[in-house]
Amino acid sequence: MSDALVIAGKSYQSRLLVGTGKYKDFTQTRAAIDASGAEIITVAIRRTNIGQNANEASLLDYLPPSEFTYLPNTAGCYSAEEAVRTLRLARELLDDHKLVKLEVLGDPNTLYPNVTETIAAAKTLVKEGFEVMVYTSDDPIIAKQLEDIGCVAVMPLASLIGSGMGILNPWNLQIIIENAKIPVLVDAGVGCASDAAIAMELGCAGVLMNTAIAAARDPVLMASAMKKAIEAGRESFLAGRMAKKLYSASPSSPTTGMIG
Amino acid sequence: MQIFVNGKAMPLPTEAMSVMALVEHMQLTGKRIAIERNGDIVPRSQFAQVQLQADDKLEIVGAVGGG
Repeated sequence: MSDALVIAGKSYQSRLLVGTGKYKDFTQTRAAIDASGAEIITVAIRRTNIGQNANEASLLDYLPPSEFTYLPNTAGCYSAEEAVRTLRLARELLDDHKLVKLEVLGDPNTLYPNVTETIAAAKTLVKEGFEVMVYTSDDPIIAKQLEDIGCVAVMPLASLIGSGMGILNPWNLQIIIENAKIPVLVDAGVGCASDAAIAMELGCAGVLMNTAIAAARDPVLMASAMKKAIEAGRESFLAGRMAKKLYSASPSSPTTGMIG
Repeated sequence: MQIFVNGKAMPLPTEAMSVMALVEHMQLTGKRIAIERNGDIVPRSQFAQVQLQADDKLEIVGAVGGG
């Protein structure tokens, strides 16, 4: 069955997008990402270390951009201006790469998104030709505004970044999904495989996660679990669940042919 | 001449220096980096042409692990 995730006109077989942070080392990063089956991986843009470790291994050695679709992010940015500058650098860094993840944070304790700055940055980036996948709150009105600006995917949080609290407001996510004509991906808050499956059963086009895998006791095993959960959740969504009933007078086994 | 790289003052050995010469000076040749100068991107294709000025503010970045 062909059921590709299409973002900005490009098809992906995997609906699991993963971050590359918080791992023990690059070997573990690579092993976990392989186990996840992810094709799109997020990276952060940071100042290079000056004057030391000229031959230090880099993330790109372990995860060559030829094998993956890089999704440079604006993690840690608190203003539209910082976020736009960061992604302009990313585009130059990755040879005119246009697919980016925009996130503008509002508060260092909760890492809750600042939606007004996010909207301002999205407008500038779309105008400059970026393909913007945008991290936002689970507010359906904001999600729609970001779509109308021209973002290629909207990515509401399930719960706060790195919290692992799971999907706290499935009803809002459902409203966002129903209203959207672009892919809706849950980004942030997934803690375990069942959370990922629930997101997919709600009709999400995909899930982006980092900490749920990297902070598991066995990150590589969790990456494999997430891959299966995303696939199972997607198939469950496509199959269409049975109606919920308090009880049913319709047993699964025949009522005739009983002995005696 | 002195410039600022990634928020730190950096004295340069000569008065005239291109961005490319700076990249060599910093032993970053061949590394995947991107450079912003006073708020504007310096495309890699222009490293050789762009001359640094005193008190230029440069950001030199690379990709690292992140979520």
